[in-house]
Amino acid sequence: MCQVEEDYNGLECKQEKIPVPTLNRKCVKCKEGSAVLIIRVSDAFCRSCFKEYFIHKFRAMLGKNRVIFPQEKVLLAVSGGAASCSMLSQVIEGLSRDAPKKLRFMPGIIYIDDGGTCGRSQEERQRSVDQLKSIFTHTGFPYFIVPLEQVFGLPSSVLVPVTSDPDQSNPSYKHAVDQYIREEQKLTVEDKTSAVARLSLEDSAYPPEHKLALESLFSSLNTLTAKEDMLHTLRQHLILHVARENGFSKVMMGESCSRLAVKLLSNIALGRGAALASDTGFSDPRFGDVVIVRPMRDYSSKEIAAYCRMFHVPSVFIPGLETKAQDKASIQRLTETFVTNLQAEFPSTVSTIYRTSEKLHTVKPSESQATEPASKCLLCVCALDTDVDKASAFHATLVSEQLSQIKLQDVSHDALRCAETQCCGTGGCSSNRAPAHQDLKTLLCYSCRLTIKDMGSVDTLPAYIISEAEKRRKRSLMKMEISEYLLEDGD
Amino acid sequence: MAAPLGLHLEFGGGAELLFDGVKNHHVVLPGQSDPWNMKQLLAWIRGNMLKERPELFMQGDTVRPGILVLINDADWELMGELEYQLQDQDNVVFISTLHGG
Repeated sequence: MCQVEEDYNGLECKQEKIPVPTLNRKCVKCKEGSAVLIIRVSDAFCRSCFKEYFIHKFRAMLGKNRVIFPQEKVLLAVSGGAASCSMLSQVIEGLSRDAPKKLRFMPGIIYIDDGGTCGRSQEERQRSVDQLKSIFTHTGFPYFIVPLEQVFGLPSSVLVPVTSDPDQSNPSYKHAVDQYIREEQKLTVEDKTSAVARLSLEDSAYPPEHKLALESLFSSLNTLTAKEDMLHTLRQHLILHVARENGFSKVMMGESCSRLAVKLLSNIALGRGAALASDTGFSDPRFGDVVIVRPMRDYSSKEIAAYCRMFHVPSVFIPGLETKAQDKASIQRLTETFVTNLQAEFPSTVSTIYRTSEKLHTVKPSESQATEPASKCLLCVCALDTDVDKASAFHATLVSEQLSQIKLQDVSHDALRCAETQCCGTGGCSSNRAPAHQDLKTLLCYSCRLTIKDMGSVDTLPAYIISEAEKRRKRSLMKMEISEYLLEDGD
Repeated sequence: MAAPLGLHLEFGGGAELLFDGVKNHHVVLPGQSDPWNMKQLLAWIRGNMLKERPELFMQGDTVRPGILVLINDADWELMGELEYQLQDQDNVVFISTLHGG
């Protein structure tokens, strides 16, 4: 039979890992069932206690952060992977309970097919879509299967954050729940399901020039880091657009604790430190009318994988950009390898990072700032962090970048162009890039600048981004021209 | 000589990409004098089944961190991890919880 591991300690010095005794460990919760899974460092759970724990955590997460109101339409972003499929199963579970505490929102599902970015063939993509479709139809919720190529047909209003008015007409959470319970008796079941069922949409058609455009966009990005960043941004825009078009006010993403820990560290490495709170927090209000929530952020990937396996949650593995990539192929991959390896030796790594991220809060922007779309980054719609004065580290990097380019090209540049493109303010513009790059840069936050810098040609960007950039550029030019006639806030 | 050992192996979460996309495998390990343990099974898998990129599945003697191993639907940490001695018709599942396959 199995050996007892008492002598394991003497051999290797994995200090943080507590040696685990053999089979027949009892569940730490009910003390009766035999344990099947170890969660966190050394808590062993039996099957039924684990299921209860899993379900309870989801509802506690939603209940603690009271952002989802009854009868609200919530879009679930499902990628097919274990985390988003288990989120879907939790939503189904929560909506079906007869208990008075059942979840009360109206879900829809969205899947973004990004096979075009990693060169998957049409048949492979269709196969994955079919598998997912059978899962979605089984749930009965309306679903949207959107190919990423459709991003080339988006309107530029996607990039403009809609300010949610600081209205007092929004009732408090408790009040809203009470009101709903009172009114619920009046609504029949047919009303509810029919209202939602009419939305079911499957629009996977896209013209072939969009396909080519997507391919050229991704091939103009040189590094995998930039590709992943761009993919993430485009996906966000597409989900936001679908949510807005169909009246969804919340979007649920299935990012697990481990994924978020990796995302936190890699975002810092990418230069997105200023937006950390909204990128990894529970709710992300940057778009204004549509709020992104992350209810799975408390689950480690081990818990999710074990739950999906033990309770037969259907999921589809869809290879992406990062599949089978080398360990050092991109910043995100490297961070993932780092954190996962560290986690194996020191099992409290991920939870420590997670706790740290919980302490970050989004600062509510002041009124004037919030209404100015130009103060947000063009791509990721977070607050611009490049609008700082001359004594900052950012400014120093700009100066050194310029100095390193001065030697390479001749100094006779068009002074007028210089003033127009509004480069960093030192007056010594000597960028040897096409003016398009320079134009775009001033509208972007630091990490989006790095992504764009990595692009061979900015023209491959979708039309809505380019037109919005043009609009903002013209507006700021105009503002500069009439600036002496404008009244300042203090006057 | 002990009898040959029949096992049912499953790969999920993307790990199947390293095994020609096949998720379920039924293998028979040749009989040997000492009972098979997980460490030997892993070495056997690396030698006989892994088609490509062994570093995405294994790291040294054990599985790569991020791969969850379930033996008969129970966490292998509860069974002794690498020291667990395999029994006939055991069901071993390898689920990758990472991005890269």
